Amino acid sequence: MNGLANFLQAVGHRLLNRFSRIGRGSLFLWQCLLSLGYLLRRPRLLVAQLYSVGVQTLLIILVAGLFVGMVLALQAYIVLVDFGAEESISLMVSLSILRELGPVFTGLLFAGRAGSALTAEIGLMKSTEQLSGMEMMAVNPMKYIIAPRFLAGILSVPMLTAIFMAIAILGGFFVATEMLGIYEGVFWSQMQTKVDFYDDLINGMIKSVVFGFVVVWIAVFEGYDCVPTSEGLGQATTRTVVHGSLAVLGLDFILTALMFNV
Amino acid sequence: MSTRNIEIIVGAFVVLAVLAMVMLSLKVSNLASYGDVGNVYEIRAEFENIGGLKERSPVSAGGVRVGKVADISYNNEQFTAVVTMQIDGDYRFPLDTSASILTAGLLGEQYVGLEPGGDEEYLEDGSEIELTQSALVLEQVIGQFLYSKAQEE
Repeated sequence: MNGLANFLQAVGHRLLNRFSRIGRGSLFLWQCLLSLGYLLRRPRLLVAQLYSVGVQTLLIILVAGLFVGMVLALQAYIVLVDFGAEESISLMVSLSILRELGPVFTGLLFAGRAGSALTAEIGLMKSTEQLSGMEMMAVNPMKYIIAPRFLAGILSVPMLTAIFMAIAILGGFFVATEMLGIYEGVFWSQMQTKVDFYDDLINGMIKSVVFGFVVVWIAVFEGYDCVPTSEGLGQATTRTVVHGSLAVLGLDFILTALMFNV
Repeated sequence: MSTRNIEIIVGAFVVLAVLAMVMLSLKVSNLASYGDVGNVYEIRAEFENIGGLKERSPVSAGGVRVGKVADISYNNEQFTAVVTMQIDGDYRFPLDTSASILTAGLLGEQYVGLEPGGDEEYLEDGSEIELTQSALVLEQVIGQFLYSKAQEE
């Protein structure tokens, strides 16, 4: 009997903890959005964060994009050549990149590369009491630390996605024309006749905006809300990567179902 | 790193992203073809069956792409499919032009093929093609084939 009571209590405790985290996360997001206006007066803060969040993620995005595009072209060729349709390579590469792989890959890589760094940075500031120190000096850490990182992340992800898509298609173009002997003109014209600006490109970019928003929210909140010990910091960083990646994949399913009216 | 260097690098990053977006819009997707709506005229044609024809399918004459399918709807009075086509203003076709729905290759996409007639006057914006030929539906062809085979025996 006692065991059952303990069990129920433990379940209830965890459930309440969950709810309180969701509540704190939502309040945090609200405060974050309210502090964004401050950046209009201090754009320097944003530029510095765009560098550490966006530019430093660029290399992994470029390399990953190039290889994804090249591999996709090879795989598409292997399947399509059996049907004598190897000229549709460009279509398969561009549609899968624009609709799915571009936003999803960028979201996952961003969660791993920049999200974890954001959590660790903010978490360490909290553990070393820099955030409380700022509050003591009447500097709002929400405005000075959190908001620039938040906005920089949200702006960076769509830009990185566009770069990923472009480099992946160029990678596919290189493999298709140089290695597989598809004519250049055929490659581009096949793509242009079937890829729609609104249906494919804009929908892909909308996905990337959503992913960026969610991943950055998770990353910044985990850092701000972490248990200020070395162990708590490690757990928060892990949670950022795991929850961020799962959120990207889960949202991708929902957005795809909504956008491409299946 | 100095603030100025960071600003330069971030600026380059933003420019790169904009260039990527421009390339994706103009080179990869069909944004460029959205622009030239000005110089087109619309003609209509009614078909009994349009098969797998879709909006934005090509319209061609003699193998040359002259326009695209702008809209597909269903006529409730005549029970026919109404296909509205946007034809490039550079091309003109006689009034007795016929339209048929053809397939590129055996399993390829379907398109509208225009066959010019000999009339002195030309189709203009809003006019309708009278002579149409429906899509070849593979199931019906096979069905007819089986039916005729069965009759022979």
